[in-house]
Amino acid sequence: MAIIEAPEQTGPLALPGGPSVPAVPAMGVFARPGQTKGWRSWVTSVDHKRVGVMYGTAAIFFFIIGGIEALLIRLQLAHPNGTVLNAAQYNQVFTMHGITMIFLVVMPLGAALMNYLMPLQIGARDVAFPRLNAFSFWCFLFGGLFLNTSWFLGGAPDGGWFAYAPNTNPVFSPSHGMDFYALGLIITGIASSVGAINLIVTVINLRAPGMTLFKMPVFTWMGFVTQLLIVFAMPVITVALFLLLFDRIFGANFFEVRAGADPLLWQHLFWIFGHPEVYILILPAFGVVSEIIPVFSRKPIFGYPFMVFSGIAIGFMGWGVWAHHMFASGVGPFSVAAFSVSTMFIAVPTGVKILNWVATMYGGKLRFTVAMKFAVGLVAMFTIGGLSGVTHAVSPSDLQQTDTYYIVAHFHYVIFGGALLGFFGGMYFWWPKVFGYLLSERLGNWHFWLILIGMNLTFGPMHILGLEGQPRRTYTYKPGYGYDVWNLIETIGAFVIALSILVFLYNIVKSRAVAKRDNLAVGPDPWDARGIEWMIPSPAPSHNYNPVPVITHLDDFWHRKYGEDERGRPVRIAETAEVVQDGDATGVHLPSPSYWPIVIAAGLPVVAYGIIYNIGLALVGAFIVLVGVYGLGLEPSTDPDAGHGPAEHHDETPPPAPAEPDKAEEVAPA
Amino acid sequence: MSTVESTAETLRTPPAGQQHGGHHQPQPGEHGWTQTGVSNEKLGMWVFLGSECLLFGGLISTYLLYKHTAVQGPRPHDLYDIPFTSVSSFVLLMSSMTMVLALAALQRGDHHRTRVWLVTTALLGATFISGQVYEFMSFVKEGMGYTTNTASSAFFTLTGFHGVHVSIGIVMLLSLFVMSLRGRLPQEKSEVVEIVGLYWHFVDIVWILIFTVVYLIP
Repeated sequence: MAIIEAPEQTGPLALPGGPSVPAVPAMGVFARPGQTKGWRSWVTSVDHKRVGVMYGTAAIFFFIIGGIEALLIRLQLAHPNGTVLNAAQYNQVFTMHGITMIFLVVMPLGAALMNYLMPLQIGARDVAFPRLNAFSFWCFLFGGLFLNTSWFLGGAPDGGWFAYAPNTNPVFSPSHGMDFYALGLIITGIASSVGAINLIVTVINLRAPGMTLFKMPVFTWMGFVTQLLIVFAMPVITVALFLLLFDRIFGANFFEVRAGADPLLWQHLFWIFGHPEVYILILPAFGVVSEIIPVFSRKPIFGYPFMVFSGIAIGFMGWGVWAHHMFASGVGPFSVAAFSVSTMFIAVPTGVKILNWVATMYGGKLRFTVAMKFAVGLVAMFTIGGLSGVTHAVSPSDLQQTDTYYIVAHFHYVIFGGALLGFFGGMYFWWPKVFGYLLSERLGNWHFWLILIGMNLTFGPMHILGLEGQPRRTYTYKPGYGYDVWNLIETIGAFVIALSILVFLYNIVKSRAVAKRDNLAVGPDPWDARGIEWMIPSPAPSHNYNPVPVITHLDDFWHRKYGEDERGRPVRIAETAEVVQDGDATGVHLPSPSYWPIVIAAGLPVVAYGIIYNIGLALVGAFIVLVGVYGLGLEPSTDPDAGHGPAEHHDETPPPAPAEPDKAEEVAPA
Repeated sequence: MSTVESTAETLRTPPAGQQHGGHHQPQPGEHGWTQTGVSNEKLGMWVFLGSECLLFGGLISTYLLYKHTAVQGPRPHDLYDIPFTSVSSFVLLMSSMTMVLALAALQRGDHHRTRVWLVTTALLGATFISGQVYEFMSFVKEGMGYTTNTASSAFFTLTGFHGVHVSIGIVMLLSLFVMSLRGRLPQEKSEVVEIVGLYWHFVDIVWILIFTVVYLIP
C-alpha cells in the first residue's frame, strides 16, 4: 500500500488519537469473509443478485409450505362434513395459508425480481446499501421461519391474516399463535421497510448517466412505486401489530370493548396498510408483464408515459380506498358512498394498463414463448379478478358478497392469476440472465396450461359458491345446499395446480441438467430483448456493467441494435455481439461481503421468542442485535484489504493519513 | 471493446462527473457517485423519516380516538402537569440547537467543540427522558397505569414510542462522541453527524406535535 504524505495537522485542538490514525480501520470481530464459492459465500454475500436469488429460493420454499396448507383446506372442503381437519386446525391452516402466501411468497418473489433486476435495469453496480439488502433478506427469512415455528409451539395464528381485533384477544385466541403473528409480521415488516428504503435510494441515486426517470423501464418504475407504498404502509401495520401485542401481553385496552375501545380501530389501521399491500403484491407483476409483452411483440410498450403514470396513480389512489374492506362494519353511509366511488375510480388506471398491454400486442410480431403465455395469462386472469373487484365497489352488492367465497374467488384471481402468473412469466423470461440456461419450453408449456386450467377450476367455481352463499373461513358445510359438486371440482383444480408446480420444479432441475450435459451456453440476449440488462453476459457477472452504460433512450439496448426505416419498422444497425459487454471486470471495486447482516437478523427472532416466553431471552436477542448493529456500522462497507484493480485508489474517503503498515496488518483476515 | 460502442460512448457525454474540479470525484459506477449529488446515506435517512411519520401518525391517531373514551380511572388530561412538560419540551428543543452547533463545529474541523456539543445534546436528551420517566411514575402514583383505561394505554404507548426514539438518538450521539474521541470522526465525515442530526431534529419535531396535540389541546 502506498505511503502518501501526511496531511497538515488540523490545528491545536487535534487530540491524540485524532485524525492521525488510519481513516477507517476495520473493526470486525470476525475476519472479513472472503469466500466466493460454497455456502459461506452465500451467507455473507451482499451482492444484490445473490440476495435476489436467495429471496426467490426462500419464497419458493414457503410457496410449497403455503401450497400444502392450501391442499389441506381443499381436502377438508372436498366433501360435506369433512374430517381432515377440525375447526381449530382449519382456522390455523387458512390463517397461515394467507399469511404465508402474502408475506412469505408473493412479496418476496417481487422482492427477488426487484432486487435482481432494478439495479441491472438502471445500470447500477449494486444497490445503495448492499449490506442492508442482505439484512433485509435474512430478516425476512428468519421472520418467516419464526412464524412457522408456531406450528410446533402450541398452535399457529388462527385469527385470519387480517387478525380482526378483538377476535384476536387472548379470550378468543388463547394460544400464542397471534403473538407469533404480531411479532413475525413486525420482523418481516422491518425486512420490507429496510429493503424499500434501499431500493428507493438506489433508483433515485444510482441510475446510470443519461438514465432519466422517464427512460427507466416500466418494471423499475413499478418496483419504485411498490417500494414507496411499502415504506409508507409498513409503519401503519406495525402500529396495529404493536397495539395488538401490547393488548395481549401487557393487558392494554386498545381493543378491549368493555374498556370503551373501538373495534373499528384495528380494521382501519389494518386496511390502511392492507389496501396498499394488495398493490404492493400486484404492481411488480404488472412491471414484469410490461417488460415481457414488448419483447415478444417486437414493439415498444404502447403509451409508456401512461403506463408509468397509471402506476403512480394506483400508488396514490391505493391510499384512498381502504374502507371498501369495511362496508359491512357499519362505517356509515357517507363513508360507504365515498369509498365506493373511489374504489370504482381506481379501476381506471388498472384498465389503462390492460388496454396498453393489449395495444402493445396489437399489430405486433407475436412470439408465444412460455414467458409470453404467462404474461397474457396475467392480462386475462387479472381482468376477471379486476371485474369482480369492481362488483365489490358497489356497496349493496358487496354486502351480499362479504364473507362468502365470492371474495375468495376475487382475490385469488388477482393475486394468483395476477401476481403469481406474472412472476412465473418473469422467471421464464429472466431465468437465462440469472442462471445462464434456458428453462425448457416444452415443460414450461405443461406448467402454464396446467396452472391456467387448475386455477380456473379452483377459483372459478368460488364465484358461484359465493353467490350461492357458502361462507368463507368456515371449516365445513352440510350436504344439500348445492355446494358439493363445485367444492369437489375446486379440490381437483387445486391438485392440478400442485401438479403444475411439480412440473415447474422438475423443469428447473431437468433444464439445468440438460444445459450442463450438452454444454449449452446462453448468450447475453436470448430473446432479442430491449432492456440494458440483456447487454451483459448470462449469468450476470458480479460487477454488472463495465463500463457503466450511458443511456440515451428508453429501451436503450434495443436502440443500440436497431434503427428505424422510413416507415418506422426496426432495422438492424448493429449485431448483438457488437453491442453487448464481455463481462470484463478490470478496475471494478465491489462492496465486500459481511457477516453482520445475518447476525442482526438472527437476533430479532430471539427477541421475539423472548417476548413470548422469557424476558431474559429477549435481552440476549437484543444484545445480539446491538452487537450486530455496531459491527455493521463500524466496519467499512468495502474492505480496505480487498483486492481490486490496480488503477483503483479512491475509497469512501480520501485517505487523510498514511496507512501505517503495522496498523494495516491488524485488519488482515486471519 | 467494439468500435461501435466506443464511438457511442464518446458521443454520449456523461452529465455527472463534470461537476466540481479539484481532487478526484467519484465517477458513475464508482463508490460514492450519485445521480442527485445527495449521498445515499442522507437520502436513506430522509426516506426512513418519511416512513416514521406514518408510525407516529398511527399512534397519534390512536390517542386522539381514545382520549375521551376512558370508562374508569383518571384520564391523562386530568393529570397533565403542563408547566413541567413545557420545561422538558424546552429542554428537548434546545437540544436541536446544540445538535446544529455540533455539526457546525465538525464542519469547521473543530473537534473539541464537536465533542462538547455532542455530549450536551445527549445530556439534554437524557434530561428530557428523565422528565418523562418522572412524569410516568407520578401518573402511575396518581392511579393512571398502563392498563387503567383506553386513554392511558394510548398515552403511554405514544409517548413511550417517542421516548424510545429519543433514547436511540442518545445512544447514537454518544457513539458519535466515542468515535470522535478515538479519531474516527474526521472533518470529511461530518455528514454522519448531519444524518444523526436529521434523526434528532425529526424526533424533536414529533415531540412538538405530541406536545401540542396531546398535552395542550384539551
